[in-house]
Amino acid sequence: MRYVLELVIYPGFIFATAVGLLTSWFERKVSALVQWRKGPPVLQPLYDLVKLAGKETLVSERANSAGFLLAPFLGFAGAIVASLILWNANLGRSFLGDSIVLLYLLVLPALAVILGGLASGNPIAILGATRELKLVLAYEVPLVLAVIVAILKADSLLLHRLGNTITIGSLSGVLAFFVALLAVQVKLGFAPFDIAEAETELIAGPYIEYSGPPLAVFKLTHAMLLFILPLFLVTLFLGGIDFRGLGWLWGILKYLGVVLAIVLIKNTNPRLRIDQAIRFFWRYGLGLALLALVLAIIGDQVGLRWL
Amino acid sequence: MASAGSKTRTSPWQAWGISRSPWVYHLATGTCNNCDIELLDCLTPRYDLERFGIKLVGSPRHADVLMVTGMMNRKCLPRFIAVCRQVPKPYIIVALGACGANKGIFHDSYNTVGPVERVVREIMKEDTIVVNVPGCPPKPEAIILGVVKGLKLLQERRR
Repeated sequence: MRYVLELVIYPGFIFATAVGLLTSWFERKVSALVQWRKGPPVLQPLYDLVKLAGKETLVSERANSAGFLLAPFLGFAGAIVASLILWNANLGRSFLGDSIVLLYLLVLPALAVILGGLASGNPIAILGATRELKLVLAYEVPLVLAVIVAILKADSLLLHRLGNTITIGSLSGVLAFFVALLAVQVKLGFAPFDIAEAETELIAGPYIEYSGPPLAVFKLTHAMLLFILPLFLVTLFLGGIDFRGLGWLWGILKYLGVVLAIVLIKNTNPRLRIDQAIRFFWRYGLGLALLALVLAIIGDQVGLRWL
Repeated sequence: MASAGSKTRTSPWQAWGISRSPWVYHLATGTCNNCDIELLDCLTPRYDLERFGIKLVGSPRHADVLMVTGMMNRKCLPRFIAVCRQVPKPYIIVALGACGANKGIFHDSYNTVGPVERVVREIMKEDTIVVNVPGCPPKPEAIILGVVKGLKLLQERRR
């Protein structure tokens, strides 16, 4: 019973949704301010969801309807469990290897987008899904290497222990954080890596055939990812959220700082082509991550904490 | 396809949701591009329609407001009907500009099948709300007013 409550209410579904929607508003508001506009009201992401829930669900004739309608929930389930594990780790409840479980869970939303796009039977959606697949192949290896740097620094696989170590206080930590930040940018589908759902060329990419409640589930998953992924970075590299005393305030500031960095990168960069993005991640992303890893290993062997 | 005379049912919360976040799909049916430019003007920082949750979307499946510009020529008619079928209900149509509202200078043209409202009522036989926004081109304020009136109609139609 306790687990069900945790999954549905506090660190799980409702909590992650609320924080995710607020962060989603923050993202839109900051984008609006960058563009010298006023921006939407605080509850706008919620209005969008309510609206979408009330619309008709259309399934195209060429779609595989089971895969098409189930795919959004796959990513949704992954996001809920990921938020549960991450928040519990920050609260001090961690189990062996949860950082690895989290890495697997964070692939699920991307996988859901790919499956949904491929099942929808629309050529543009299939193009978007293949691009998403290529992006996953491009960013996943640098991201895992960056996480390994954090694990080396903390000398532990426990997310809680990772959260207590300020990895970014070292040279390799800074490099790994930079690589992980860019990987998160791709995971969120923000410019310059919004190649899969490129509005101006692929319209909405994998989401093009979705309408009504399934689209709402995708939007909800994206909002939750907007909560999970910055928190993931904060936990891994910036020392996590400490709930003793006023530590949570400092934690929220760190979280908002990471979100702000992501949104500013989104608003100041044009979209890359898919080949440019893959080349970027395999050449510079992988290179930087490997360099960070080598530095971390040397620092670990020689005993230099700053390396 | 909805049969003639059938009323589309819209529950209050559906209409409320749409009035809070109307996503606009822009469909051009033979325009001179003037109305399209005015429509894009609405999204600029000066008018900033995102304040009201209005967003331009690329797929008719995401749309709540179908913004139709142009005089609806014969080639465009089947495309227009196909797009209307792809918009999830409930939705409203806004016919933009003099041409969309009453054919404008194409009044006696052989190539036009008439204003948007006539196409929806007489050819498609549907009772979707159609708002006409006249003007050549209409001002952004007029476009916003048209959308607001359409959404009000949608909320009044709740039964």
